[in-house]
Amino acid sequence: MGVKAITDETFEEEVLNSSIPVLVDFWAPWCGPCRAIAPIIEELAEELEGKVKVCKCNVDENPITPGKFGIRAIPTLIIFKNGEAVESIVGAVSKATILNALNKVLEG
Amino acid sequence: MSDKIWDVAIIGGGPAGLTAYLYARRALLEALLIEKGPIGGQVLLTDLIENYPGFPEGIPGFELIQKMQEQVEKYGLNLVQKKAIALKPEGELKEILLEDKEVVKARTVILALGAGMRKLGIPGEKELTGKGVSYCATCDGPFFKNQIVAVIGGGNTALQEALYLTKFAKKVYLIHRRDAFRATPILQQRVKENPKIEIIWNTVLKEIKGKDSVEGVVTYNRQTGEEGFLEVAGVFIFIGHEPETEWLKGVVELDEKGFILVNQNMETSLKGVYACGDCISKPFRQIINACGEGAVAALSAEKYLESSH
Repeated sequence: MGVKAITDETFEEEVLNSSIPVLVDFWAPWCGPCRAIAPIIEELAEELEGKVKVCKCNVDENPITPGKFGIRAIPTLIIFKNGEAVESIVGAVSKATILNALNKVLEG
Repeated sequence: MSDKIWDVAIIGGGPAGLTAYLYARRALLEALLIEKGPIGGQVLLTDLIENYPGFPEGIPGFELIQKMQEQVEKYGLNLVQKKAIALKPEGELKEILLEDKEVVKARTVILALGAGMRKLGIPGEKELTGKGVSYCATCDGPFFKNQIVAVIGGGNTALQEALYLTKFAKKVYLIHRRDAFRATPILQQRVKENPKIEIIWNTVLKEIKGKDSVEGVVTYNRQTGEEGFLEVAGVFIFIGHEPETEWLKGVVELDEKGFILVNQNMETSLKGVYACGDCISKPFRQIINACGEGAVAALSAEKYLESSH
């Protein structure tokens, strides 16, 4: 399935109403670290297919959603479960760090 | 992983590590690159690099790294995306312990660890990181359209990023603890001529205030002893770098700040272990010398391998 691009319009439907946890990667084309972690996000989407839904939100084209969550730095990764933001990671971090956060949410 | 013994294991995938990898592969060595995060390191934080020769119009950090990565991929890139947490000599070999307890064995090791952004260590900094406190103007600058921000520092990065932020912010306070900048003269000239930048000399921050996001900073003038408050929505901190070498204490010699000591052949105090780039003890940290040192480290490793056969 890969990484699904979401917009301000589809955020509620795709993320808040999802039956499984969702990882949202807030990014923008101007941000080097965001582009650098994109392959890691793609890998996670494939490896966790069926367990976690992985989405990306371009903050340049969709300012409302990042505004709602007070995002002032990218990349920011937020994990949603049952319509709530439960974990947030700021900055370009390792795959292991993201995986740890996801596992915590999956087990919790 | 298997019991494979690599000729050279390179830890760190910034310009120094990628150059070392390129030279190692061209020497037909079996090389492994170990990188904990995305390939590129700090260069990814730079909007436009204007002092790397060969790019007269300048080149975005991400693109420079992409080109370097493409170049090493031509020779086959063996990459492990994990954090190295220990290094120890094991007879003729070196063993690198990774975060998941996996062990990498290699005949030589090149440490190209880079450096992290130095923190101010004041109240509010950690709490408000990602909520107005930033170490990357390229990433986060556009969130501050028509707002007021503060830039902390007086070196090349601080001045360059202050100039970059004027594209978005309506005003940029450039706060420096001394009465003169260390930055290169051309940047000083551009900063002084920019009407959006107000320089505040001899001043440090005591605290960053804000509830859900940055609301302002408490300043302290080191000359007059006066405290002040500036209303800002963003604080961009560029006060230099700190090494991430805690795990190497007692393994290779470090200087008093924790940077790795090397000789002109990039040899550390441990035979068969080399270091290059921002993690070594040196006066200037530029992409160009990181690359140069990466090349020297790989060539030294090659020579060592030849002589030990």
